[in-house]
Amino acid sequence: MSVDFDEVAVEDVSRHFGRRRAVSRVTFRVSRGMILGLLGPNGAGKSTLLAMLATLLRPSSGNIRYGALDSSARASLRARIGVLGHDLFLYPELTARENLAFFGGLYGIADSDSRARTALERAGLDARRDDPVASLSRGMRQRVALERALIHDPRLALLDEPFTGLDDASTEALLARLRSLRDGGAIVILATHDLDLAEGLLDHALFLREGKVIQAMAAPGGLRATYRHVIGRS
Amino acid sequence: MMLRAIWLIVRKDLTVEVRSRELAYTTLFFALSCVLVFAFSLVQEGRAADGVGPGVLWMAIMFAGNLALGRTFERERQAETLRALMLVPAPREAVYLGKLTGIVLLLALTEAVLVPIVAFLFQAEMLAHPFWLISVVATGTIGFAAVGTLFAAMLVRARSRDVLLPVLLYPITVPVIIAGVRGTVAIAQPEFDAEVVRFWLTLLVAFDVVFVTLALWTFEPVMTD
Amino acid sequence: MTKWFFYATLLCAAMFAISPFVIANAPYESTMGLVQKVFYYHMPSAWMFLTASVVCGIASARFLITGDSRHDRTAWAAAEMAVLFGLLTLVTGPLWARKAWGTWWIWDARITSSLVGWMIAWAYLILRQYGGPGSEKLAAGLALFGTANVPFIYISVNYWRTIHPATTVVPKLPFSMGFPLWFCVSAFTLLLVVLMKLRVRVAEQQARLDAIYLSLDEEA
Repeated sequence: MSVDFDEVAVEDVSRHFGRRRAVSRVTFRVSRGMILGLLGPNGAGKSTLLAMLATLLRPSSGNIRYGALDSSARASLRARIGVLGHDLFLYPELTARENLAFFGGLYGIADSDSRARTALERAGLDARRDDPVASLSRGMRQRVALERALIHDPRLALLDEPFTGLDDASTEALLARLRSLRDGGAIVILATHDLDLAEGLLDHALFLREGKVIQAMAAPGGLRATYRHVIGRS
Repeated sequence: MMLRAIWLIVRKDLTVEVRSRELAYTTLFFALSCVLVFAFSLVQEGRAADGVGPGVLWMAIMFAGNLALGRTFERERQAETLRALMLVPAPREAVYLGKLTGIVLLLALTEAVLVPIVAFLFQAEMLAHPFWLISVVATGTIGFAAVGTLFAAMLVRARSRDVLLPVLLYPITVPVIIAGVRGTVAIAQPEFDAEVVRFWLTLLVAFDVVFVTLALWTFEPVMTD
Repeated sequence: MTKWFFYATLLCAAMFAISPFVIANAPYESTMGLVQKVFYYHMPSAWMFLTASVVCGIASARFLITGDSRHDRTAWAAAEMAVLFGLLTLVTGPLWARKAWGTWWIWDARITSSLVGWMIAWAYLILRQYGGPGSEKLAAGLALFGTANVPFIYISVNYWRTIHPATTVVPKLPFSMGFPLWFCVSAFTLLLVVLMKLRVRVAEQQARLDAIYLSLDEEA
């Protein structure tokens, strides 16, 4: 029942909530081994777009295709999608290891406990693995949340503002992790405000405002200048 | 996959509960406070009115159950973990059944304390036929929780969810409270009539089957945006 | 508005205007006197309440299965009708009951079941009003559960208490008692249809307005 795909195609996708159009006729394509950045001010529709890519929301119109599959194969697609949300998706009363083992099990991983340990070691959190998540600092929780999102080796990784509240060391670690994900053949789509960080990281960038794609750039440089030019100071 | 997912969810809920013990204690305490309030309302001249025991029991179960349901899903709202559960490839019905099992266990724990206390305070001879009593209370609780789990999950992202849950839940669970109370009254009768108890028990079992099935069917469409 | 709707409204208004006279000409019921006449409004109201509830249940099921908003609009309108006609039933009932049985309220099977059903319809409206975005699906789920619940509510309340008169009152009536009843039933049915059409139309216009807003947004 294991599906896989080489690219994700978003075709003329819109999503509205009542009268408010959150995402308006967005089209783009990403393939394996690519990091795509969604850039834009608050309310631009980045989170909504990520939610649709994650199969949490259905587009009001348009289609999202994962290789040959479209979003009607939702259940099997979910096994290949990893999401790091705004809120961390972690149970505060459970330890880091328990959180990872729990979600690992739900993603169908047989030896979820040892996988959890490996993931925590890689994140440098092995020492705190048996501490409740509530007792960890924000940066550490973010790292655990990232490992939770990636524990099942997803083909598509979706991250919403992953750099929020991270210190330098954690930021470096995250950047390295994302790069190694990309090099391992995953598709990474992340929404971020942090233009300086995005600068060295992204392979492609989409600038969004009020739900629409204002500009798409390949191999982007000079993001801050482009951002100001395209989106302005509003 | 399904069974494993259900087991993981139940185990997770139990672990969280054992660590914090918040739900068990507050639900139990709330149920007992209800009983106390009813006692003061119904006792006249130092004696409880005849036959109010079963009614008090079921009222306490329904109020405490409502609270427990709200709190359980409030927990899943904290770090948006319910969303995370909707993202896993395991069938969503497993999430429903897992949460349902957790709630039923929590309420069973509460009832284990509540039933004897109500029996003593209101001089109701409920404990005379423990097998029947357990059956009636169990099937009633499952029916209430089956509907409640679905509604509480539905309402997680809604506005005014705290007040909407009882508004939606109580009219729909009217058959449960009627059957539960009448069944318990029949058990507490001095001349025990198994026919009557069996009738109410059958009704409760039918309710449970129909509504768990209905909830399983509607969980996916209702939770999908 | 279409022609048929205009004529239907006219006819409905006319029927209601005439109905007091039709009812007045019906024979005086021996034991109850004038108050018995309330029955001619009470019965049809009850039937319309039931019809509206059934429509709401079916439309909700179709909405959950297909996701088509037309069914959702129908369901919401039907729920409002159910609350309206249910209220009418629950007000006219006690008026009749006071004379017939000596009390305002009786906890019998049919009456109590109707009360519970009415509260479920009301809960549906509360959910639509205060549930925030996304409450269409939730309300549909509630309606479905409410509909599935009908046999359970009826049976449980029935074996709890019962003294409502048998339904066979209607067929056994002599024509002079029967004609006013069927006249009122027709008037009420027409009223239900007219109101539903109006309400669904308002919802449709709202949806169309939303669509216009959205397409405007697109041009910008």
